Amino acid sequence: MFGYVLRRLLGAIPTLFLIITLSFFLMRVAPGGPFDRERALEAKVLENLNRVFHLDRPLWEQYLYYLGNLARGDLGPSFIYRDFSVQQLLGSGLPISIQLGATALLLALLIGSVLGTIAALRQNSWVDYGVTAVATFGITVPNFVVAPLLSLVFGVWLSLLPAGGWGNGGPANMLLPVITLALPQVAVIARLIRGSMIEALRSDHVRTARAYGLPARMVVIVHAMRAACLPVVSYLGPAAAALLTGSVVVETIFGLPGIGRYFVQGALNRDYTLVMGTVIIIAVFVVVFNLVVDLIYAALDPRVRYD
Amino acid sequence: MTDIATNTPEVAAGAPVKGRSLWATAMMRLRRNKAAMASLVILVVYILAGLFGPMISPHHYATVYPDYVRVPASLEAYPREDEIVPQAENVLARTRLDINSIEVDGNTLRVEASSEREIDPRVTRYLDRSDIFSNARITETSADGRSVVMEADVERLRFIFGTDGNGRDLLARILISIRISLMIGALATGVALIIGVAWGATAGFLGGRVDNVMMRVVDILYALPFTFFAILLVVFFGRNVVLMFIAVGAVEWLDMARIVRGQTISLRRREFVQAAEALGVSSGGILRRHIIPNTLGPVIIYMTLLIPKVILLESFLSFLGLGVQEPLTSLGVLISEGARNMRSAPYMLLYPSIALTLLLFALNFLGDGLRDALDPKDR
Amino acid sequence: MNSGERIFDIRNIRVTFDTPDGPVKAVRGVDMHVNAGETVAVVGESGSGKSQIMMATMGLLASNGRAEGSVTYRGQELIGLPRERLNRIRGAKITMIFQEPMTSLDPLYTIERQISEPIMVHGGLSASAARKKALELLKLVHIPDPERRLKSYPHELSGGQRQRVMIAMALANDPDLLIADEPTTALDVTIQAEILRLLAELQKKLGMAILFITHDLRIVEAFASRVYVMQKGEVVEEGTTDDIFHRPTKAYTKMLLAAEPEGSKSPVSAGTPILLDANKVSVTFSSGGGFFSRSAFELKAVQDVTLTLRAGQTIGIVGESGSGKSTLGRAILQLLPSEGRVVYQGVPIQGLDRAGMRPYRRNLQMVFQDPYGSLSPRMTVGEIITEGLLVHEPTLSAREREEAAIKALEEVGLDPIMRNRFPHEFSGGQRQRIAIARAVVLKPTVIVLDEPTSALDRSVQKQIINLLRRLQESYGLSYIFISHDLAVVKALADYTIVMKTGRVVEQGPTEEVFRDPKSDYTRALMRAAFNLKEVLKRPTEAHA
Repeated sequence: MFGYVLRRLLGAIPTLFLIITLSFFLMRVAPGGPFDRERALEAKVLENLNRVFHLDRPLWEQYLYYLGNLARGDLGPSFIYRDFSVQQLLGSGLPISIQLGATALLLALLIGSVLGTIAALRQNSWVDYGVTAVATFGITVPNFVVAPLLSLVFGVWLSLLPAGGWGNGGPANMLLPVITLALPQVAVIARLIRGSMIEALRSDHVRTARAYGLPARMVVIVHAMRAACLPVVSYLGPAAAALLTGSVVVETIFGLPGIGRYFVQGALNRDYTLVMGTVIIIAVFVVVFNLVVDLIYAALDPRVRYD
Repeated sequence: MTDIATNTPEVAAGAPVKGRSLWATAMMRLRRNKAAMASLVILVVYILAGLFGPMISPHHYATVYPDYVRVPASLEAYPREDEIVPQAENVLARTRLDINSIEVDGNTLRVEASSEREIDPRVTRYLDRSDIFSNARITETSADGRSVVMEADVERLRFIFGTDGNGRDLLARILISIRISLMIGALATGVALIIGVAWGATAGFLGGRVDNVMMRVVDILYALPFTFFAILLVVFFGRNVVLMFIAVGAVEWLDMARIVRGQTISLRRREFVQAAEALGVSSGGILRRHIIPNTLGPVIIYMTLLIPKVILLESFLSFLGLGVQEPLTSLGVLISEGARNMRSAPYMLLYPSIALTLLLFALNFLGDGLRDALDPKDR
Repeated sequence: MNSGERIFDIRNIRVTFDTPDGPVKAVRGVDMHVNAGETVAVVGESGSGKSQIMMATMGLLASNGRAEGSVTYRGQELIGLPRERLNRIRGAKITMIFQEPMTSLDPLYTIERQISEPIMVHGGLSASAARKKALELLKLVHIPDPERRLKSYPHELSGGQRQRVMIAMALANDPDLLIADEPTTALDVTIQAEILRLLAELQKKLGMAILFITHDLRIVEAFASRVYVMQKGEVVEEGTTDDIFHRPTKAYTKMLLAAEPEGSKSPVSAGTPILLDANKVSVTFSSGGGFFSRSAFELKAVQDVTLTLRAGQTIGIVGESGSGKSTLGRAILQLLPSEGRVVYQGVPIQGLDRAGMRPYRRNLQMVFQDPYGSLSPRMTVGEIITEGLLVHEPTLSAREREEAAIKALEEVGLDPIMRNRFPHEFSGGQRQRIAIARAVVLKPTVIVLDEPTSALDRSVQKQIINLLRRLQESYGLSYIFISHDLAVVKALADYTIVMKTGRVVEQGPTEEVFRDPKSDYTRALMRAAFNLKEVLKRPTEAHA
């Protein structure tokens, strides 16, 4: 298994390299630069800035320079947050994003799988229709609608919870953002589990388990549940990668210092290094979680082999 | 399916029997699905609203009413009855006349005024300058010209959804947003459809090495954080509607390509395609008569589910301020403005949110209904 | 054992399914019983409701199904019994094996765990005791290398081995009654014979009663002592096997018995012109080898097969799954890349591309196995039948094509009015007629028939065989008839080729091959197909 993991990680290097290259050049061909202001800077100052940040060199040289730094683990200085390096920015924001995302993910897994299973076991009952309706709601209503509405209702009208702010990650501050992040995931997971559970319950091998008089609990948990988990596991890879790397909407509305905002802010201000840093973090998370998912999948399903 | 004949000659002896195609059966099933049918009605209303709403709306979406900034949603017309007189006093104060009486009779304002000097008939302009009054005129002038009776029409404006922070009618803005959202939804889905179907069908039909390379490309593109690339595109190459839908469409074609490829490959293995090959039917004929009609179902299902996704992505980009430009607007922009003003004007958040959510709901329910109707195995 | 105590009694059972188009009555009041230790068969064609009775008694009906009536096991009513109490009976006193050996075992757990679970639940054994018992059971059902097999997952076993595992599970708690629902239908004939032999042997050893559900009269005759014949949800006739097979009273039973294919075809004379000559045809499939991977896995599906088809001749190609017989048929028609040399009426057609083959396609037609998959679902029957005319007679007007469709439908015994309908509105037998009409409308000389009757009930099968015979006589057609069913080949072909793992094992005039098979493999096939009773008497040996 160790060899397999190593091979997979090595195999991801070309993909990462491609993403980095593509992002780098895509950004540089775009018009504008990090030091374009409403009022143009003095020519001398601009020249200095460009020299400090190596922007006066040919593009390919800058590219090699960036790759060289990257190989040493240096993501470079941020162009807009002048006093910080990209590592510092991501280093302070990432733990917050991960904390929020992981909480939301666990919550969603718990609630989603319970709802989905109940719906599948009571197919075509009012419970089932209720869960399906909630799931459709969760998938349909965008987070940039949910977030301000939650903030409005609980923060402004009822004044039960803070309408925004991080406050060192107190539970009260985390509650609304986590709900916003978890809601669509609850919906997707409940739908997936419901669908695959219904299929599993109808499958021949579950019929066999029933025919052999195994207790209902055992039939559902041992024989149906494990097969029903498989589609959720596949879904979780990309979902986890997206959740843990922060959400620009949630962070903007609730005023949280995660890393989700950096990409948009960086892109708007042509902060090349910050954008690159965020892209790399996201790509690494995608690669790692796809690997984790494949490992879990192989552990659950003996028909899947590492190769 | 009670009217399906038993296929026995005696039954079929009469008038020619028209067979019921899978499509007809699917439509029959869809018609029984109440949620889907309700969604269809809502969707038609939205389409009509998007097409004709901006034309028949009493306000233009870009017209600014400085007197009515952020007025709450109300069915009553503005100005309110009890606001007219104070407003009139306010305006008339500038005329430096002595106001003897102000009366409101229906939609007409009647003012009696006098002055120590002769009154210039142009004083009516002060009234006209306000948004509330129009067509101000002098109906009576006393012989000495020192007192007049003025009348003006009171302009009553209705803002049933209220106005935004610039004093623009929110209903008109929501209507134009619906038009933009539907347009982007349709166009971007079209882009995704064309690229996806062409790519997927080519890969699936040619198979082998070509398929391998083409799908490897899709895999790599999947690994890219693509929503972010859409943001990049929009940020760097300017905000305009055309670019938006190209960017969104370019993001969303990957799934379509995979679906179509999978379909094509599984269809190629089906015996009826082999049977056509055994008949000597050309590749074109096989694609036209056997493959395309059979991929249509999944493609249509995916399309109806793609439209809400695209609208959502557009709204998301607009919410971030990367969408269409002023004075045009979109639901995402409105929601973002609403979120910023939710403490003082919650209706600015509520109405666009409801408009977007309802639209997405209708599209999703319709898509689900279509899937159940075309592919009824999971019931 | 026939006089044993009545242990299982079904009284007026009715099974109804709620569907969107209203309730469907699958079983309409059936009485049945099983005595201790006896072997009872329930026989019927697809849709007769025979399986649904058993599902109802075991509480396994789909969620839209309802059962009414009474089923008692040793006086205990099973219908409506609370699940906890039913669970004490099913899997212990009454056990069941199913038709689909590929899917009936849970793919995610080892064989050991799956056999142990019911032992632990019903017998209260510890895990280690259950493991010992599971090992004994695997030995009992003659699975080779049982210690290792305990640790295997179902996908690592062959179909026959999985069915043995199912039987081991069924025997684990010393049941009174074993319900076997088409347990051998998905298996090749030789494996089928082994499984049946195992069941017979175990019954002798352990003495449980067996209720055997099947559509296959051959098995019933060899295996059961008493028979229920079912049709459309009702029992048509019941009696001892001897009575039912030799003195049937009901028309339906007689029809079923008469549905066994019969007749034979006399060989064509040696001087008849050769139509199709295939010399050393080989087909190799490579799989796995992706774009970047170096090691591709190669499978020789067909190796150096030679055959000569003369005008009016029918060559039967017989083999079990994986023998390469279907691949061979497709290779001859140039529908697959192959090596060797194929000559049609003096013209070499080997390796011709799509366009090059087109002029010959009209003469070389094919009919496929699956009548549900071989008709394009979104075309009308008329369009399906005349599609070939679009290619080969492009000058025909729409009206002329329609006339051709009408004629072809009449030819295959369908009402031409049906040409405007879609395939999903037809039964399996009707669809196969449509597929034949599609081939016949082109007036071909050779038709390759790839298991055209395998998906059909015996009675429908017989109609199709008669249709094929009639068409052959009217038009002097030549057939290559591919089938795993020896009885059908014997009735239809005048020359027989037996294939195994891509090679020809034996060939010769049908009459000779069937009378005096030369190879061991052919003999085993023949025994399994025609002399099941004798096979069941032989002692069992361990088999993979």
